[in-house]
Amino acid sequence: MKIPARHTSGITILEPKGKITIGVGDVALREAVHEAVDAGATKILIDLGEVSTIDSSGIGELVAAYTTVTNRGGNLKLLNLPPKVQDILQITQLVTVFDVLDNEEDAIASFEE
Amino acid sequence: MQEPKVHLEIGSRLENVELVQIAVEAALVQLDVCEEMSHRIGTAVREAVANAIQHGNGMDPDKQVEVDFKLDGNEVIIHVRDEGGGFDPGNIPDPLTPENLLRPNGRGILIMNQFMDEIDYSYVDNRGTQLTMRKRLALSRDASHRQEEEEE
Repeated sequence: MKIPARHTSGITILEPKGKITIGVGDVALREAVHEAVDAGATKILIDLGEVSTIDSSGIGELVAAYTTVTNRGGNLKLLNLPPKVQDILQITQLVTVFDVLDNEEDAIASFEE
Repeated sequence: MQEPKVHLEIGSRLENVELVQIAVEAALVQLDVCEEMSHRIGTAVREAVANAIQHGNGMDPDKQVEVDFKLDGNEVIIHVRDEGGGFDPGNIPDPLTPENLLRPNGRGILIMNQFMDEIDYSYVDNRGTQLTMRKRLALSRDASHRQEEEEE
């Protein structure tokens, strides 16, 4: 499974779909983030709107992505959290770490702030 | 309608994690458990099985993980057994402390604890680790009645 990526206003938007779970979407997410960073992306938005399920491995990949991008001086934000993803981010208190936005226009504008 | 009871024995391969979650959530559907609760319990089981495969059995495909799901009154009881050497859950770092918040792993037990009412690990010599998880359900009247009829 390869995660689609598109580019707008200098921002790389990753659009994973379905599951980000152990052995399924977690590796694909890691590869997509590393590919974007290796290509020079410093502003990355992960649109989770089409993600149906996430588990601790998927959450771990989101955290690793955040650390990878931040350590290289970039900025990683999350867009369109489905309730199931929001639920796990609340429990793990990672809502305090990630910048989470509800629509793409606001998200794109927020990178300029 | 049959009493929702599940017994699964799987090899230690990660693709089997999905299988167990689907089976458990299907059993919960029989009880008219709402989708959100069903998913929470299914996710807790997913975490338990993933831990059993990775940390308990060390990804050895010849080692088995057993899962039992049953209903006792309005309480779901789930056992997950591996063939590993056991561990002390007290040694798992708290993933909510500031120094651990950005660690990429170590959140499985936290999620299980949050999604279930009780989780308890026990170790049986030469047999492995058993995790017991419990969750009380707000069963609909029909589902409770069906279970009572089946027990008679």
